[in-house]
Amino acid sequence: MAVLSFVEIADGKIKKASVEAAYYGSKVAESLGTESVAVVLGTADAATLATLGEVGVKKVLHANDARFNNFDSKLYTKLIAEAATTAGAKVIVASFNPNGKLVSSRLSVRLKAGYVPGAVELPVFTGNELVVKKNVYSGKAAAHYKVATDVKIISVNPNSLSPVRTAGATAAVEAFAPSVADSDFTIVVKSVDKITGTIPLTEAELVVSAGRGLKGPENWGMIEELAKEMGAATACSRPVSDVDWRPHHEHVGQTGLTIRPNLYIAIGISGAIQHLAGVNGSKVIVVINTDSEAPFFKAADYGIVGDAFQVVPKLIEEYKKFKAAH
Amino acid sequence: MKILVPIAKVPDTTSRIAFIDNNTKFNPDGVTFIMNPTDEWYAVVRAIELKEKQGGEVVVIHIGLADSDSVIRKALALGADRAIRVDADPTDAYFVAAQIAAQAKEGAFDLIITGKETIDYNSFEVGGMIAELLDWPAVAQVSKLEIENGVATLKREVEGGTETVEVKLPMVVGAEKDMAIARIPNMKGIMSAKGKPVAVVPATDDVKLTVIANYALPDKAKQIKYISPDNVGELVRLLHEEAKVI
Repeated sequence: MAVLSFVEIADGKIKKASVEAAYYGSKVAESLGTESVAVVLGTADAATLATLGEVGVKKVLHANDARFNNFDSKLYTKLIAEAATTAGAKVIVASFNPNGKLVSSRLSVRLKAGYVPGAVELPVFTGNELVVKKNVYSGKAAAHYKVATDVKIISVNPNSLSPVRTAGATAAVEAFAPSVADSDFTIVVKSVDKITGTIPLTEAELVVSAGRGLKGPENWGMIEELAKEMGAATACSRPVSDVDWRPHHEHVGQTGLTIRPNLYIAIGISGAIQHLAGVNGSKVIVVINTDSEAPFFKAADYGIVGDAFQVVPKLIEEYKKFKAAH
Repeated sequence: MKILVPIAKVPDTTSRIAFIDNNTKFNPDGVTFIMNPTDEWYAVVRAIELKEKQGGEVVVIHIGLADSDSVIRKALALGADRAIRVDADPTDAYFVAAQIAAQAKEGAFDLIITGKETIDYNSFEVGGMIAELLDWPAVAQVSKLEIENGVATLKREVEGGTETVEVKLPMVVGAEKDMAIARIPNMKGIMSAKGKPVAVVPATDDVKLTVIANYALPDKAKQIKYISPDNVGELVRLLHEEAKVI
C-alpha cells in the first residue's frame, strides 16, 4: 500500500503546487502508516527529484522520457494509473491546478475512485472512509466530502498548507517505464508563448493587483515597481483587462484566474463579488482604496483608506527600507 | 459537425448562501438560479459561433429536474438547436458525467465544450470525467478554439504563458475567458426557443462516487485593521511581524 502524488516539473523545477501535493501525500501516508511515493513524467534532473525527500516522499517513480514532456491528459491518466498499480496506491494526490484537475477527474473514472477536488485540509480516515473539506460557492461556504471507494483521489487547493521541510532528506529515484503505444499520444504542441521575466500568477506567493482606481494604463509603473521590489506577480480586475489597460492573463476573478497567494494587495479595486470569488482564498488581503465604503474592505485583513498615487510610492519606499533591514 | 454543450444550473453569484436540514442541503429559498456563467458565455456561445461558420448542430444537455426549464430555454434562445434534459438531481460529478457520456455516445457527437468550472462546486470535474468515459482527448484552460478538417487547434493556458496545440476530434474542450464574446438573447431567439425540442430522458446509470456529508459557513467576518495613509511603514511591519507573509 502507498499514497501516490502526481508531481509536475516546469522549467526544470518542481512546481510549487506539486511540492504542496507531495507534502500532503506524505502527511496522508503518515496517518495511514504507509509510504509516500511520487510519480514524475518527462525529463527531469534526478538530483532535483530527490529533494522531494524533504517533504516526506520516500520514492519517486520517474518516467524519464522526453515524449512525456508535454501535458496530455489522456496519456498522463494512463501513465499515472499504471504508477498507482506499480506502487499499490490506495490514495492518489494531485494539485488542484489546471493539469491536476484534469488528470484527477479522469483517474476518478478510470479507477472508479471517489475524487475530492480542491481539498483545503488533511483528510480524516474512519475505517475505509475518508472525509475532507473543500471550499464551495466561490469561497462563501465549505463542504465535507465523504469517499468510501477502494481507491481515493484528492486534489489539494494551492496554498492550503505550508510544507514543513526536513533539510537534506532525499527520496530514492527509481526508473518507471510504463508501456505506451503511439495511439496514447493525443496532443501535438505547435507553439509555446511564454511570458518571460514575470512570475506566473497561479504560482505566486505575493500578488500586487490594481483596478480602475488607477485611472489609466500609464499609471501602472508604480504597481510594477512595487511588485518587482517584493518579488510579487501583478494582477488586475476585469474592467481593466476588458478595456485593455492590462493583458488578459492578469485578470483575476470569477471569469478570470482563481488565485490563493499568501498576500494579495488590492489597489484601487472596489471588490465586486465576482472579483472576490477569484481571490478570497488568499491568506492575507490588503486593500488600498480612496472609498472607505468599498466592499473589498469587508474581505480585507488590512486596509488603508487613501489615494493610491500617494500610498503606493510610500509603500515602495517603506518596503525598500524593510528589505534593506532584513 | 455535432457539438454537445453541458450546461449547469447554479445560484446567481450574488446569492446569500445558506443551508438547511442540519447543514446537509443548500437552501434555495429566495435564490435566483442562472446558467453557469462560463458554460453560457464561452461554451454555448463558441459552439454557436462554430455552427454559424461551418454548419452542423449544437445540442445542450442538462442534468436536472423540471425547474431547470429557464436555464435550458436561455441556451436555446442564444442559438442552440435542441436540448436534452436528463431528469435527475445532479448530486455527484461522476453521476452527471456518466449521463452526459451516455448521451454523447448515442448522438455521435464530434465535440463537447464545457465551461471552466461551475460557480457552486468550483471543481472542474465533469469535463475530464466525460472524456475518460468516452476515451477521448481533453484539453482544459482553452482560450481559443478553431476546427478544420476534423482537427481542433487550441490555445491553452500553461504556467507563465500559453501553448497552441492540435488535437484530432472527437474531444472535450474546457472553455476559458476569451474563447467567445458573451451574447444576450435577442427577441427572435427568445421566440424561436419556445418551439425548439427539449427531450426529457431518464438517468441511465446510478453510480455515485462521493457524498457531501455536510456544509459549513465560514466563521464570522474578518476583523480588518486600518492603517493610516500617513503611516505606511506600519503596514509593512504588520505584514512581517503579525501576518508573517513577507
